[in-house]
Amino acid sequence: MALTRNLRPGGKHGVASGETRDPIGYAVAALSRVAQSDLLDRIGLRKQAEQTVFTVTRGGFKAATSAGRTFARAGSSRKAGVRVPSATPAGVFDLTPTEDEQMLVDVVGEFAAEVLRPAAAQADDDCAAPGALLAASIEIGLPILGIPESLGGISEERSAMAGTLVAEALAKGDMGLAVATLAPGAVATALSLWGSEQQQATYLPAFTGDDVPAAALALNEPAVLFDVLSPTTTAVRDGDQIVLDGVKSQVPRGADAELFVVGAMLEGQPVLVLIESGTDGLSLEADPAMGVRAASMTRLTLSGVRVPGEAVLGETDGSTYAECVRLSRIAWCALAVGTGQAVLDYVIPYVKERQAFGEPVAHRQSVAFMVANIGIELQAMRLLTYKAASRAAAGKDFSREAGLARKLCADKGMQIGLDGVQLLGGHGFVKEHPVERWYRDLRAIAVMEGTVLV
Amino acid sequence: MIHLDDPKRLRTLRDQAHQVAMNMLRPVSRKYDRAEHEYPKELDMLAAMIDGLSESGASEGAGASGVRREDTPEKSAGVKNGTNLASVMSIAEMCWGDVGLLLSMPRQGLGNSAIASVGDDEQQARFKDTWAAMAITEPGVGSDSASIQTTAVLDGDNYVLNGEKIFVTSGERADSVVVWATLDRSLGRAAIKSFVVEKGTSGMVVERLEHKLGIRASDTATITFTDCRVPKENLLGTAEVDDKQGFAGAMATFDNTRPLVAAMAVGVAQASLDLTRDLLAQAGVEVDYDRPALVQHAAAAKFLQMEADWEGARLLTLQAAWEADNRKPNSLEASMAKAKAGRVASDVTLSCVELASTLGYSETELLEKWSRDSKILDIFEGTQQIQQLIVARRLLGLSSAELK
Repeated sequence: MALTRNLRPGGKHGVASGETRDPIGYAVAALSRVAQSDLLDRIGLRKQAEQTVFTVTRGGFKAATSAGRTFARAGSSRKAGVRVPSATPAGVFDLTPTEDEQMLVDVVGEFAAEVLRPAAAQADDDCAAPGALLAASIEIGLPILGIPESLGGISEERSAMAGTLVAEALAKGDMGLAVATLAPGAVATALSLWGSEQQQATYLPAFTGDDVPAAALALNEPAVLFDVLSPTTTAVRDGDQIVLDGVKSQVPRGADAELFVVGAMLEGQPVLVLIESGTDGLSLEADPAMGVRAASMTRLTLSGVRVPGEAVLGETDGSTYAECVRLSRIAWCALAVGTGQAVLDYVIPYVKERQAFGEPVAHRQSVAFMVANIGIELQAMRLLTYKAASRAAAGKDFSREAGLARKLCADKGMQIGLDGVQLLGGHGFVKEHPVERWYRDLRAIAVMEGTVLV
Repeated sequence: MIHLDDPKRLRTLRDQAHQVAMNMLRPVSRKYDRAEHEYPKELDMLAAMIDGLSESGASEGAGASGVRREDTPEKSAGVKNGTNLASVMSIAEMCWGDVGLLLSMPRQGLGNSAIASVGDDEQQARFKDTWAAMAITEPGVGSDSASIQTTAVLDGDNYVLNGEKIFVTSGERADSVVVWATLDRSLGRAAIKSFVVEKGTSGMVVERLEHKLGIRASDTATITFTDCRVPKENLLGTAEVDDKQGFAGAMATFDNTRPLVAAMAVGVAQASLDLTRDLLAQAGVEVDYDRPALVQHAAAAKFLQMEADWEGARLLTLQAAWEADNRKPNSLEASMAKAKAGRVASDVTLSCVELASTLGYSETELLEKWSRDSKILDIFEGTQQIQQLIVARRLLGLSSAELK
């Protein structure tokens, strides 16, 4: 019966489907409905106006994606695009960044400290990055980091290591803003790594020009136990077109994005597909999450979206897709390392200052050892991430290293977020301090796929 | 350029050590676990081989003495992958074979590392061929090594040692023992010095050998010193009681030996991982690095977590050794490596027993042995808690008076 099913509490509000309501439960549920009604507001019973959180939509309204610029087709879809050579390490075990990498880290590190960190709390609240900040990120060249020099970028060789160091440095400022600023670069890097001559000639000029578009690498889907390698979004060939159906979740800056790279299953293999915003059948709704909120996350629905057959980016045998997944995971690991470092740098002065029982709490082993363990695990996370990134840059197989880095960064990164709040006690729980935001952000590492790329 | 793969130059050495571990240590691994206190005679031939390799330069200076830091500044710029890295890489492989046997390796004692770390050039030369054990711990003093009770009193050309040392690895088999003693208890840690006491010195008696949970192939001795006269030139380093340098110098040995012990932990944990991966595969459980751990078999998910932790421990160990090779301060990283590797080795070896069920628990396989051998690695050369204390003090910038 439809009516009794409606009265059953499960299936919404985070209530498991097996729950039942007893008479008191029904009474409370009814009261709750009244409390939610805006009747209270109209008759002035509720003092506090409901706060609007980033919602393009409420109550199921979906907006179509906005039509962006027209990307002028150029080049041949049969010819491979420009590729930068792999890095060629001398075979020496070494932890020293190259001079170029160090310079980049210095610049980005300053940007993170001076611009990202001060803007972080507000951006988290607004679920949006300030326009000036995004413009500045373009000015320092974030989107063109992975684009070959010959196509107007700055990459002379494979830049996975540089990308990792940059992501880490940004996330030390703020993870949400780091994702917001890195999202367009993820698409540009993907085009550089796997694009055909036509795809590169069509889209990359926009990224190397003055008016860099927002763009999103959309691999996440809203599914329990989501396995990114088996997306449920489908791509079906229909003549010389491909038809896509499915839902992608946690798509960064989707409302502004002019170009999407979407993961979908084509003929039994996962592939990446380029889709321009404004294409019929695309719709967006807000998808704010517990953290990484400054990246204005959206949910992208594809219903009967038609793109030309040559919109597939890279190989159709699943190899490009798998490589993309791994490189994204390295980027998320780098973000975890950066945010983990922010936690460590924040708790050290705090526990040395905060007094309890007549001395700084840092003088107690139970506190000090938590700090020690943050330091130890953070460095282990960093080393695993660097190893994976340097192997990727050198053109070596890095699937094992990326998998292990993700596991460690997901587990230990969350532990660091958890301990960061714990070390500040009640002060860690309130928004006066940033550790609660880092706690929310660090939960993302185990969950997120795609979105960022090195 | 950041590159964290094993260095090309040392891969041959690593692979050789692996072959030695597989073909020489593993075949007698269980034998000497059962025959505790019996001397592993096979090791003499192995030691001769290692000496030969060392003479030929093929060992890249690896081994217990490989931790020496040259004072002469090197002109050539560039990144060094030297004896410290060679040592941790080869020791990890040997401990993949057997930790107890590695610890019993002639001329590869921790005392040799101490001589290499704090001895002067004359002492290096004089003790080149000795097999030196290390004696710090006393019945009443463990982690608190600054408060040792053994005394050394200068009398003419000799120091006279009195005291009792316990848990001396290779204490019976080694040719000599590096003994920590205080010149003056009232002067605290600055007065602690180390002395090379050669076997047969009158007044030095090996009282007994311990029966242990693991590393049973290695002899662990209790040694007493009663009016034991040691030539004064056997005091390692300087005899001056300098408040700043004294104890710090002795402790500096640990910056060099902790990565070695971390390497041991990495090695034994790898043994467990390698075998367990194989056993799981035979049971139809494959570990996939791309699929999320949570959509895989629970055993595969556990394996991923262990391997990730293990890789972290290994890289921290390599980092600490790399810093030593490149003359960067590494106290913090050495302790980080030892803390991480110690606890990872326990988790890995014990979890592998659990994953392999009674096959892991029984003596049929070596998994149960490795889970016993690993425990000591989180204890000696500074316990887990001591490493955390060191890391915490360094990160927080607190003194030992502030953070006790």
